[in-house]
Amino acid sequence: MKQLMIGNEAVARGLYDGGCAVISSYPGTPSTEITECFSKFDDAYCEWAPNEKVATESAFGASLRGKRSACCMKHVGLNVAADPLFTMSYTGVNGGMVICVADDPGMHSSQNEQDSRHYAIASKIPMLEPSDSQEAYDFARAAFEISEKFDTPVLFKMCTRVAHSQSIVETREKATDVEKPYEKNPQKYIMAPANAIRRHPFVEERTRKIAEFSETSGLNRVEKGDGSKNFGIITSSTSYQYIKEVFGDTVSVLKLGIVNPLPEKLIKDFASSVEKVYVVEELDPIIETFCKNIGVDVVGKEMFSITGEFSQKTIAKAFGLSDKENVKVDAEIPVRPPMMCAGCPHRGLFYVLSKNKLTVLGDIGCYTLGSAPPLNALDMTLCMGASVSGLHGFNIAGGSETEKKTVCVIGDSTFMHSGVTGLINVAYNMSNSTVIILDNSITGMTGHQQNPSTGYNIKGDPAAR
Amino acid sequence: METKNIMIVGVGGQGSLLASKLLGRLLVDEGYDVKVSEVHGMSQRGGSVVTYVRFGDRVYSPVIEDGEADFIVSFEKLEAARYVDKLRKGGTVVVNTQQIDPMPVIIGAAKYPEDVIEQMEQKGVHVDHLDALSFANEAGSSKAVNIVLMGVLAKYFDIAYDKWISAIEKCVKPQFIEINKKAFELGYNSMKG
Repeated sequence: MKQLMIGNEAVARGLYDGGCAVISSYPGTPSTEITECFSKFDDAYCEWAPNEKVATESAFGASLRGKRSACCMKHVGLNVAADPLFTMSYTGVNGGMVICVADDPGMHSSQNEQDSRHYAIASKIPMLEPSDSQEAYDFARAAFEISEKFDTPVLFKMCTRVAHSQSIVETREKATDVEKPYEKNPQKYIMAPANAIRRHPFVEERTRKIAEFSETSGLNRVEKGDGSKNFGIITSSTSYQYIKEVFGDTVSVLKLGIVNPLPEKLIKDFASSVEKVYVVEELDPIIETFCKNIGVDVVGKEMFSITGEFSQKTIAKAFGLSDKENVKVDAEIPVRPPMMCAGCPHRGLFYVLSKNKLTVLGDIGCYTLGSAPPLNALDMTLCMGASVSGLHGFNIAGGSETEKKTVCVIGDSTFMHSGVTGLINVAYNMSNSTVIILDNSITGMTGHQQNPSTGYNIKGDPAAR
Repeated sequence: METKNIMIVGVGGQGSLLASKLLGRLLVDEGYDVKVSEVHGMSQRGGSVVTYVRFGDRVYSPVIEDGEADFIVSFEKLEAARYVDKLRKGGTVVVNTQQIDPMPVIIGAAKYPEDVIEQMEQKGVHVDHLDALSFANEAGSSKAVNIVLMGVLAKYFDIAYDKWISAIEKCVKPQFIEINKKAFELGYNSMKG
């Protein structure tokens, strides 16, 4: 049956139909719905972990035991999970394992615009990147096959537009669950130096083999133009859709679904079939740099921005096509920013903090909205957990006068995520720090997920707190 | 068929999600390729929200850009004016005349422009405006503004009334179907068109 699905739901279906038995994740826009949709399948295990590192390690444990597993997070969550990521590249997997990471070009709801593809390159892990919901479904299934075939975790990159756009998906029959036996294998799974030294060449050889696979894999494809334009475009993800919107079938397109490692021969052959090659990719020039490194002359970031989201307008403008005629009204339209929910108890707290002119170090969550007028109550927001550890350092540097006038605020889920380690440092190194935990017993900003402080698990069943 | 573009705009919490779900369901049932796009995350907290619905033989981009929208369905007056630059020449705005003040207006840092509908009309925009909130209340729930507006939009489409009703029945919880059918009917039979 044809169904409209957001990209994230399609990933969840693809993982499930691909035989995924265990998912452990931490919520983060725009990745949250993958795990929420997966939690509706009753014959697979699904959980919210306290943070992305724990989630990734839990999924790794499930893979080690022989089941297909996954973990999901937003781009900055992969920073938290980077520690297991780099060494899981060395150990490889037992059951297939997929790490879904959702980037947020345009920063609709994020504190930075980092490009996750750098992690795939740095950790030497293959990365797939779909451009719509059907591909999200198909690629998620393919990810498990690649994972087991090449003995590697697979990174699965989403972006806001693919994650939150609905398009038509046709699902296929669910794969039969295969559980691999667990066998003790210290040389593969104990990454002490003596073993890790032997695994590193394996990783390099694996990358070479996956690059070879990617030359002919159906996940990458060339779409021949009708000959009316003499140039070609190399692209991936949502940029592909914008290019097709502007040029239809008039240009040749190399559409990449495997964005790490990149297929050298395929790119060279494509480039030699057209007179000029453009690379269209959001954020950093990863494909462009690769092309230039292998001696393929391409035009990329000198024409397309390194910041923000693209659209068909971005592409049309860059190629010098004229703007579409539109209407504008002269009235000044006041902005309508999101606000703290009606009745939110944090409003009263921020009112008092602001009135007393305190310095307030903030954290990641809906209380960041306390920085907006009329509350104007925050001084700093950096990353998950940084309010507590930042306050400690601020007070160490500022001494007793600073301590009296400075506090930090952190929500319950963020405190469980990584605020608690900062508080341990406050206690251990004895700074006089006032930490305010804004406990509304829910992970608010991402749309009300359970967490270790709420007393319920992802299915809504009672849990320890 | 060339791709048609509908934007649904409003204030977070007004029910744009159900409106886009209804349209998506209807258009898929009609056999079109469909893409619906919205950005989640901040919208639940009274911010400005926008949803793109595109349909045709083959739809690529999930977003609607300046001068591309055939219709803008706005749940609130100011939001119609905010996104009117997305409307193509000759496009139609369907707007609920309700006024919801944004924070800068509430705290006195900005003024709510009073004559946005007249301004749009002066620029040659076809504006179909109505007090959808009153119709929604008449149907039995102030929350049905979204479906009243879908009723107005339906007048511009060559899709049978019954098919819209059947899409409502598929998208709405059983206990709310009657209210929403009534709301749709009131919108469909409202004055202009």
